Amino acid sequence: MTDNTIDQPEDRVPKRVIGTPPPSEAVLKEEPAHKPEALPGVQYQDPVSARKAEKAVALLFAIAFLAGAGFIASYVIFQVGTLEKTSASNFALGGTLTLALLALAAGITTWVRKIMPKYSMIQERHLMASDSDTREYVKETFLAGAEESGFVKHKLLRRTLLLAAAPLGLAPLVLLKDLGPLPGTKLRHTVWGEATKNGKPRRLITEGTGQPIRAADFNSPGGILSVVPEGYEHDLNALAKATLILLKFRPEELKSGTNLNWTHDGIVAYSKICTHVGCPAALYEQTTHHILCPCHQSTFDASDGAKVVFGPAARPLPQLPIGIDGEGYLIAKADFNVPVGPSFWERGDAEREAREKAEKA
Amino acid sequence: MDTPPKAIAGVSTFLDDRLGAGSFLKRNLRKMFPDHWSFLLGEIALYSFVILLLTGTFLTFWFKPTMGEVVYNGAYEPLKGVMMSEAYASALHISFDVRGGLLIRQIHHWAALLFVAGMVVHMLRVFFTGAYRKPRELNWLIGILLLSLALFEGLTGYSLPDDLLSGAGLRITQGVILSIPLIGTYIQFFLFGGEYPGEDIISRFFTLHILLIPGILLALITAHMILMWVQKHTQMPGKGRTEKNVVGAPFYPAFMAKAGAYFLFTFGVLALLGTFAQINPIWLFGPYTPADISAGSQPDWYMGFLEGSLRLMPAWEINLFGTSGGTVPLSVLIPALVPLGLIMTGLALYPFLEQWVTGDRREHHVADRPRNNPHRTSIGISAMTFYGVLWLLGANDEISANFHIGLYETTMFGRVAVFLGPAIAYFVTYRICLGLQRKDAEIVSHGVESGVIKRMPNGEYIEVHTPPADDILAHMRGKKEIPVIESAADREGIPPKGARSLIGRLRAKMSKAYGTDRVPLEEEHGEEHVAVGAGERKEVH
Amino acid sequence: MIGTGRSVKSITARRRHPLARFAVVALALGLLGGGYALAAPNGSTADAAVASGKADDVAKGKDLFVAHCASCHGLNAEGTKSGPTLVGVGAAAVDFQVSSGRMPAADPGAQAPRKPLDEWVTPEAIDQLAAYVQSLGGGPTRPSAEQVDPAKGDPAKGGELFRANCIQCHNFVGAGGALTYGKYAPSLNEASPTQIYEAMATGPQAMPVFNDSTITPAQKRDMIAYITSVRGQVDPGGSGLGRIGPVTEGLVAWVVGISLLVLAAIWITAKKRQAH
Repeated sequence: MTDNTIDQPEDRVPKRVIGTPPPSEAVLKEEPAHKPEALPGVQYQDPVSARKAEKAVALLFAIAFLAGAGFIASYVIFQVGTLEKTSASNFALGGTLTLALLALAAGITTWVRKIMPKYSMIQERHLMASDSDTREYVKETFLAGAEESGFVKHKLLRRTLLLAAAPLGLAPLVLLKDLGPLPGTKLRHTVWGEATKNGKPRRLITEGTGQPIRAADFNSPGGILSVVPEGYEHDLNALAKATLILLKFRPEELKSGTNLNWTHDGIVAYSKICTHVGCPAALYEQTTHHILCPCHQSTFDASDGAKVVFGPAARPLPQLPIGIDGEGYLIAKADFNVPVGPSFWERGDAEREAREKAEKA
Repeated sequence: MDTPPKAIAGVSTFLDDRLGAGSFLKRNLRKMFPDHWSFLLGEIALYSFVILLLTGTFLTFWFKPTMGEVVYNGAYEPLKGVMMSEAYASALHISFDVRGGLLIRQIHHWAALLFVAGMVVHMLRVFFTGAYRKPRELNWLIGILLLSLALFEGLTGYSLPDDLLSGAGLRITQGVILSIPLIGTYIQFFLFGGEYPGEDIISRFFTLHILLIPGILLALITAHMILMWVQKHTQMPGKGRTEKNVVGAPFYPAFMAKAGAYFLFTFGVLALLGTFAQINPIWLFGPYTPADISAGSQPDWYMGFLEGSLRLMPAWEINLFGTSGGTVPLSVLIPALVPLGLIMTGLALYPFLEQWVTGDRREHHVADRPRNNPHRTSIGISAMTFYGVLWLLGANDEISANFHIGLYETTMFGRVAVFLGPAIAYFVTYRICLGLQRKDAEIVSHGVESGVIKRMPNGEYIEVHTPPADDILAHMRGKKEIPVIESAADREGIPPKGARSLIGRLRAKMSKAYGTDRVPLEEEHGEEHVAVGAGERKEVH
Repeated sequence: MIGTGRSVKSITARRRHPLARFAVVALALGLLGGGYALAAPNGSTADAAVASGKADDVAKGKDLFVAHCASCHGLNAEGTKSGPTLVGVGAAAVDFQVSSGRMPAADPGAQAPRKPLDEWVTPEAIDQLAAYVQSLGGGPTRPSAEQVDPAKGDPAKGGELFRANCIQCHNFVGAGGALTYGKYAPSLNEASPTQIYEAMATGPQAMPVFNDSTITPAQKRDMIAYITSVRGQVDPGGSGLGRIGPVTEGLVAWVVGISLLVLAAIWITAKKRQAH
């Protein structure tokens, strides 16, 4: 762009710029279209500032090109395989991609704003509804067609067609039956109630180490362990119901809510599965004996039968009857006497049922 | 340019000969799109969806949706030798052993967050400007469906990597399903293929996540776009804009370029986030086991309000048949269903309830400014407050831990705020709307303060007011009265037929409250807008 | 290998990235501050002192105890209304509480926080104090330097134990979390390996005890190896956003993502007002 043009903005015919063809018929013919008056609501940009904007846009597009090329180069240069390498690769690929996309976006926006005309064009709207003649025509055609088809007149045809469709409509639902087995009483039992393969009671195993727990070793009051059933250390279905927290109390700390017959030397086992919606409730404060579920903050008093002291859980965490075997390892003496985990329709007031059973016995 | 380049002309002729595309283009190349920044918000969701499809496809090339156990032996040292599901191992593989895999995974997750966020801000724009009104109710309903499906799409995607955090979400989902009366256990066993977690859920969620739900989303988004195209976009009130026209820029070339630029902006911002902000670092969470959980386990933001409502609920549970069953865990059921139900049903019904209350059956193409329909705006802000309290409480453990506020105090606060907050928000919003209307009315009738002080012959000082720019004036004058249904008794004292019953009387009352214009715009007082200076305030109402 | 001095430095730099600062300041989390590598206090001299009957240390420790601890814990560490008995808590508890600045407590609150050390708190003073408390009734002793050397642990095994026992309170990378009544599980980012070991062995404040007979010293070392390797590790995906999970992610999606896109929308559609 030369300075002449800027000095003479009124000049209709742009001065010849090096590299462009000399003014010809075509260019002159095109000119009238550039008049702001050509279309109502179309206001052309000042050609001088448009030229300036073009440079800015070109710069942005060039940046986008370089960044895009940089992306491809980064893919080749940066390998992955360790954290540091992945980090560098992510930074290089992402950085170049971001730059390329944003530069391109900024370029196009500048193009629209500074080079394309400003538009304020008007288009008519029409009511969405069809006119009454059309509606009338459609109605008549529909009625005529229904009459011609015989669907209205032939009752038997109509009814048998509906009849024929009914079972086919149900078919997809029937097919879904094998998605899963029926619940049965599976939610009521855990693997703690089953004897091991060799007929011995099931030992409590420390989660993570896989070791059975000698009662004499778990001897620090205020201690906690996450416990899984022997033989099911990696069975997620079993763990989803049978995981325990094992707590060690001083004898005087235990209150009436805890069933002392089910403890061993101040060691108490509660289900780790929250009775609200099943998160592992395992935040334990040894000073207050609170067990807190991190999901929805149901809080249970571990010294008092894990009764609910706050939050949305409606029932205490079930307590597991535990004892020791001949070698001094902690074992489950029986299954939980109520279903563990979240409530379900068939569950009922299992706590009351268990209490009544205990009183009878 | 007199004629199009040969290449374009040739192809166009070829296509037109076979498709007759010319007449379509003739009608649509210069379709007008009104300009307003808020009209682009929906495009955030649209473009995020496109990016989700692209990045998601990339991820499927490596992701293995199976729950079989493997021993990890990939690039991430602290997990080497750990037993985990194949799904989790393959997600780690994408993150550390595929070039660009981590970037694409992160962009995918950020895009998911912005997809729903874009839908929400778009929906709020449509709601507060009344753009859901006739003839756009159907598109509004499609939008609600899209939002609901997006939540499910997010939930299924969140669960796929099978890390400890995603498993926590799955566990809560299972607990909620179990709580459904009568059929809860059956649904759970069918969905999970037996007991939780089973071995099927990841592959089933995978199919839902990459095929079924996106397929429906794609179909509904297409319908959403077609309806928008056919009905033409609404416009903000302004100079020369009426219910019978659209004023704006043509699709070709201006809007096309703008939309293209906005797509690139969306992609660019997502790439920016994917590069500089780590999201869902699954390698830090470890593999899923139902025995463990991390402090601060949270859902993605769009599920936060459900999490919050679960946390707020007191421990209510009933056993309908005592010891033999009929357990209804209200402390799960109510928070899981009621807020979601209230919000979604309320949104879906609003256009029809408003029509019923105002009796307004006209088409509306000029959008309302939120202040000009104060009751609608207040209802909207009130609902946002309800949602916002639940959302905030979904993070109450992080709030408690990081700001050292008692955990239970946050819950107690939430239990009160969830009822009180919306009421206060309603009242405050209503007053603000009226205040803003008053300001508009003053500008329309007296002009804007020019800053020029004049001394009158009698010695009084006044500030000269000048008329507002006419585009601003037109924008303000775009205020439309809200119709009120006929309910006044006729000369013999008999109210019209619809207003006799109890519901009819209620409707009439609501209509009056909803539609009455408390701050009507006054006419200008001639050309010279001279308002009085200090000492005398012009009361507009 | 991760966790070397150099990479810790580069991580700190990365965490000081503007975006990180933004997210963190916005939340006022303050989780990322501070250096990680606190020098582990010199191991088991106190225990050695007790063992070798160095009555000197015990006597000096008693003096320190009377001056700084007795007002809450009683002249003979028998405990008072404002502080529990320290008989039997062991040298490990003393070292943990004093070396992390938690004790002497500044003011009674839900929980004594980590704070800068008082001037009198030197490694020798801690040794003497620990020797005195250990002499009162035994209890967990301090670990040797080898017992807490992360390089000797197996981080993968430690990770499993960490997830089973620690993250429910301390979060998946030890960023901390909320407990009831204003208590909280502190961030592990500033804890030295020795302090981590001692916390497990003694169960300070609300934290439960993980004694050596159920979680062995070797297993504790594995956990230390995991904690130190993860906290020192680079965040390959950019700023870690405090490493507290989806809450900060959602915040960034709205505050950064939606805001930037709204700005872009305003730029694209902005019009220059026509002059009148």
